[in-house]
Amino acid sequence: MSQLQTVAKPRRNIELVLLILALVVGISANALVDLNLDRPFDSDFYSQAAVLTVLALGMHISLRFRAKYADPVILPIVVALNGVGLAMIHRLDLATDDTAGPRQWLWTTVAVLAAISVIWFLRDHRVLRRFTYISLIVSVVLLILPLIPGISAGDVNGASVWIRIGNNSFQPGEIAKITLAIFFAGYLSSNRDLILLAGKKIGPLQLPRVRDLGPMIVAWLASVGVLVFQHDIGTSVLFFGLFMIMIYVATSRISWVAIGLVLIAVGGFFAIRIFPHVGLRVNTWVHAFDPEVIGRGVGSSYQIVQGLFGMASGGLIGSGLGQGRPDIVPLANSDMIIASLGEELGMIGLFAVVLLYLLLITRGFRAALGTRDAFGKLLAVGLSFAIALQCFVVIGGVTRLIPLTGLTTPFLAAGGSSLLANWIIVALLLLISNAARRPIFTAPAKEPHVPAGEPPASGPPRTPVQTPRSIKTPSKKVISP
Amino acid sequence: MNQAIRSSWLVAVALFALVFGSITYIQFFAADDLKNNDLNSRGLIEQFCSDRGAILVGGQPIAESVPSPDKCKFQRVYHQSELYAGLTGFFSRAYGQYGIEKAENAQLTGETADAFYDKVLSLLSGAQPKGRSVELTIDPAIQQMAYNMIPDGQRGSIVVMNPKTGAIIAMVSKPSYDTNVLAGHDATSVAKNYNRLLGIDGIDMFGSSAYTKLYSPGSVFKLVDTAAALASGKYNKDSVLANPQELSFPGTDATLPNYVNGGCGAKTQAGFSFVLEQSCNTPFAEIALDLGQDAITEQARKFGFNDDSLYFPDKVTASKFPGSKGQLGTAELARSAVGQQDVQATPLEIAMMTAAIANGGAQMKPNLVKSIRTPDLKPVEEFTPEVLRQSTTPEIAHQITDWMTNVVDKGIAHAATVPGVEVAGKTGTAEGIPGVVNNNAWFTGFAPAQDPQVVVSIVMSNVDIATGAQLTSPNASKLIEAVLNK
Repeated sequence: MSQLQTVAKPRRNIELVLLILALVVGISANALVDLNLDRPFDSDFYSQAAVLTVLALGMHISLRFRAKYADPVILPIVVALNGVGLAMIHRLDLATDDTAGPRQWLWTTVAVLAAISVIWFLRDHRVLRRFTYISLIVSVVLLILPLIPGISAGDVNGASVWIRIGNNSFQPGEIAKITLAIFFAGYLSSNRDLILLAGKKIGPLQLPRVRDLGPMIVAWLASVGVLVFQHDIGTSVLFFGLFMIMIYVATSRISWVAIGLVLIAVGGFFAIRIFPHVGLRVNTWVHAFDPEVIGRGVGSSYQIVQGLFGMASGGLIGSGLGQGRPDIVPLANSDMIIASLGEELGMIGLFAVVLLYLLLITRGFRAALGTRDAFGKLLAVGLSFAIALQCFVVIGGVTRLIPLTGLTTPFLAAGGSSLLANWIIVALLLLISNAARRPIFTAPAKEPHVPAGEPPASGPPRTPVQTPRSIKTPSKKVISP
Repeated sequence: MNQAIRSSWLVAVALFALVFGSITYIQFFAADDLKNNDLNSRGLIEQFCSDRGAILVGGQPIAESVPSPDKCKFQRVYHQSELYAGLTGFFSRAYGQYGIEKAENAQLTGETADAFYDKVLSLLSGAQPKGRSVELTIDPAIQQMAYNMIPDGQRGSIVVMNPKTGAIIAMVSKPSYDTNVLAGHDATSVAKNYNRLLGIDGIDMFGSSAYTKLYSPGSVFKLVDTAAALASGKYNKDSVLANPQELSFPGTDATLPNYVNGGCGAKTQAGFSFVLEQSCNTPFAEIALDLGQDAITEQARKFGFNDDSLYFPDKVTASKFPGSKGQLGTAELARSAVGQQDVQATPLEIAMMTAAIANGGAQMKPNLVKSIRTPDLKPVEEFTPEVLRQSTTPEIAHQITDWMTNVVDKGIAHAATVPGVEVAGKTGTAEGIPGVVNNNAWFTGFAPAQDPQVVVSIVMSNVDIATGAQLTSPNASKLIEAVLNK
């Protein structure tokens, strides 16, 4: 396995500077909302600003102690996104008399605390490899939960993906995204050699053995099951995409991708034919501007059309926070928050937001390149790609590039389960990036380590060897790979 | 493995590139199309809360925007709303705009191209941008008088206009309602009021029935037959018309009788003057059968029927001859010629037709808007009279005027007489199902006959014949007198 060597510098101070910038973005967005809507800066505003700052710093300090070589860009990006989301949810609360804002603050706190716990107690992502099959079981349980009477919150907006605990609803599928990624990463990193070597070769395609197709069938079943029983097209696509990219990275074989695409095509074809809700989604998408489709009760395109009108009214520079009418769009603070941001921040603002996502997943892929273990590589790629795919499905749906499905926009949309899951993903990515960037010593280190693999792929020229400084100050946590 | 990671990253970047592309398309390339989409009510919602210009009658606002303490900064208030409901229409957030509120929306919001400069100026001077005011041609005293002439509970419309300019002096209809209940900011109560009003029979929520509803015109349509007859060259002012008591049609059981209580029975043959005075049916049915459907349709068109593109400035519902059916049978054509069966007209159309006769055959475009004014009441646009079409020749128009004068002097519209003024008129009664009280009673006419200043058209629907007669011609007399005394 190849390795990528970078200069081992903690870069925590850079993170702190970026974090302050991110806090300025989030808090001033909140302030702009109050200013533009003629609201006084009440105690809520100051306490919220304080909470966001404390949470961000808590995460930062945890990293200083537990993962000081973690990527310095990831946390500030996520804090900025979360802050902007909180401001927009607050803004929509004011327009619609909702109380989603306080709930989102609460969930942000819970999610960041969960992320901090992961950093403190997990410390090294490789521990998770031991839980490969437990993760599979947990995933299955999580996916079945919303179908169990008594726990299920029933059909919400056409999908049964929610469970009810007391007064709170929760979307277990969000957490299943993580456990499935752990399972795939664990399984594929253990069995990739076997999968790679066995199998017939037909032309340029190396076909896998039937028994090695097992996990792919599992993934396919999970996706199709979610689609059939929970009516959740978005999550279905997400799971399958997640698995496809992980198996491709594990094997580097295009043949697997080809088989996967065939399965998707077959599944998709029959899904549209057999399941009316899938066909309806596609119909709604194609005929979105048909007044009949907008007016109909089930499968109405009212939401997407209103979202498009909102984004169009925002234009290039947007109306400004608090100055537009994003509240016209149904679910403006959750499924359609991208349209709300597009309207008030304009195309430029929305580009900035999407660039943050692109940067975030790029740092995730960077961690995958840098880390030395196959499990970590697969997990980082899987989690990063899941975020990318989720952004694509959501934003593509809102902009009518693809049919709209009910996925959440990571870190922005109102919704506790999504926040919790995504903050845990961030904690995992930070841990993997820590593993990728910290100095390695193949103890006993007699001479500077020379990487056996390929030269660094990108970035400014980096010395492939450890700098003397990092040799002189051996890391407290030297883990032999 | 790293190579595969890099490839996967490229896939992710490609997904983001698609997303950037589609955002750019929606917010830049397609933004204008989306903004102008008919389904897009965002502009409307924005206007709903803005400081719209006033609608003025006699210098006083009948609709104006006043500051409101809630998020929606301005509240539209209608004064004497029941009197003017049919003209102003209303502006509701959920149900949209109607009447002048819709037709003059661009001026009221100040979004016409030439108003843009004013708007920039007011922005620079720090003033709140405000739309322009629309002043109506309505005379408030005549409007009130006409409104009071329709008893509560009675359905009816009255149009008073100037035949020489097309300016509407009064336009009322009942039942009316308080437009303010639909203009509120509270969506729930507006929805409740809207549904309650929708349930009231015959109400004019979306513009006065005077220009939105179609009625059987009854005998007033005989003016069209008369003009068609004279225009054909087959008839002249001295023509003698057969006037049988009843007309039967070969191959059908249908018959068309003259009005049994009228004076038609006195003559079996008569001139135009007599058959108009007594409003006999059979001579006009025979004229229509003689000239054919196309000739009547053509004359009706020249008077403004079948015109689906008239705005005054709100859209006027097209009056129809023939109605829904294309080709009429003999009996149907005969009945349609006397304004029954397959012919329908708005009260405004009847007024326009009358005005064309009054104005020597030249039909003026009806107009409700006298001027457009800037927020500081400087006029920027004044209404100029416009000839809509030549309905008939001056000779024919004058001839029909003479006969219509006889209808008031010696005929069944005698109640429309005004002392010292020569009034020309024609009544009409469109029968409903026999035995049921649902006639439309009409009067249309103008005065003075030799120098027409005012046209009055009145329709009362669902009345018995006696009440209908009581509510039409005598009221026309009062309105004519009131306008001429101004």
